Amino acid sequence: MSSRLRVDPIACDAHGICAELLPEIVELDEWGYPIVPGDQVAPALLPLARRAVAACPTLALHLERIR
Amino acid sequence: MSSVPPAGANRLLELAGGQSPVPFAAHQARYGPLPLSSYSGPRGPALLAETVERAHLSGRGGAGFPLAAKLRAVAATPRRPAYVVANGAEGEPASRKDRLLLSRVPHLVLDGAVLAADCVGASEVHLCVHRGALAPTVAAAVRERRDPVTVAVHEVPDGYVSSQETSLLNFLAGRRALPSTIPPLPAQRGLRGRPTLVSNVETLAHLALLARYGPRWFAEVGTAEAPGTFLATLAGAVREQGVREVPFGTPLTELLAAAGAVDLQAVLLGGYFGTWLSAGAARNLRLAPDALRLVGANLGAAVVLALPQGICGLGETLQIAEWLSGQRARQCGPCINGLPAIVDTLAALVSGRGGQRALRRLSELAGLVNGRGACRHPDGVVRLVGSALRAFEDDVAAHAAGAPCRALERSA
Repeated sequence: MSSRLRVDPIACDAHGICAELLPEIVELDEWGYPIVPGDQVAPALLPLARRAVAACPTLALHLERIR
Repeated sequence: MSSVPPAGANRLLELAGGQSPVPFAAHQARYGPLPLSSYSGPRGPALLAETVERAHLSGRGGAGFPLAAKLRAVAATPRRPAYVVANGAEGEPASRKDRLLLSRVPHLVLDGAVLAADCVGASEVHLCVHRGALAPTVAAAVRERRDPVTVAVHEVPDGYVSSQETSLLNFLAGRRALPSTIPPLPAQRGLRGRPTLVSNVETLAHLALLARYGPRWFAEVGTAEAPGTFLATLAGAVREQGVREVPFGTPLTELLAAAGAVDLQAVLLGGYFGTWLSAGAARNLRLAPDALRLVGANLGAAVVLALPQGICGLGETLQIAEWLSGQRARQCGPCINGLPAIVDTLAALVSGRGGQRALRRLSELAGLVNGRGACRHPDGVVRLVGSALRAFEDDVAAHAAGAPCRALERSA
């Protein structure tokens, strides 16, 4: 089962916690908003990804299954 | 006894020549009653969807999504009730086709909406129009009818993004007319969290005729991939501005000639959400989705805006981009920040101060903005500006070198 990360751009308020917890995947643009690639998250990074999802203050980060 | 199908390309607009709406009695006299009985019973919805699929009827609101797929998606979502939202809000500033349909042949739109509601099992149709004279006209047309579903007419705010699908749903729910993130799709979770078909009023008008006369008649004009006609709004440097009904596959040059294009430099195809094409690029172009896709263009809401010689296309694009930036919903960071940055950089380029640096910055911003909002508004601005940089290459080179407008030179 593979998963990918997705940002809800309306909910996102550029707190930047996702980039701090998951620098391997998430980069911040020049305005502080996360650039999240849509590729599958490497299995080794899944626990960190789940932590980043849980830590987002606005619940803007989602981990979803790729069909 | 069934009625005679419209001949040639004069389909939606056959009765639209007058100054006032075609009354229900005249509409019924011409087209016969709404053929609900042809699509009734347990197999009815599947039959209508099949008819729509065979005719390749796709959305006329700009996205061009196949109607059959939408109908099926809504019908298949188990949560009930379902709803139909008819989108006549026409946010694209230069477009006139939707208000023309609603003010002259509203019963075609209403027929299509009722047929769609019957197909997806909805008992409510919500018709959205811009504020003004349209709402009373359409409401009067509704009162002339006796439909098995309720039809409510709503006036929506003027903003550019207000007529987007999810904006309408938010507005109907009592919130601001601003977009929401997708997924979920309206077909699965729309109005009141229920499956909702959101369809442009022109699409529904085509459905009203297709359901009566069938896919074979529908395909008598147009192309194999894109049967039928579409409504184009001609604007800018043409002698005859306004709405024309056009078979798919018509050469763009033919349409421009018919409208009396004057001294053509370039065409903005698709309105503010569209792309620029130089007169050269427009030369052998047919107005059909596949042909347009090959040159990176899209019919969109079929606004055809002609730019004459002697006006700087980059300057026009700057004004449009500035307006579009002002219209952003201000919900998503990359768009809140990115669109003004694109406008400022384009302004620097056009003023001659920006140089190659401005071009590099525009490319960088395009990458930062595209696809990073909840809706396609920022993507549209990126596409518009990108197409301007290609279509007005010579002017770009001149401005980047700090020289004055070549467009102004050419007209001298």
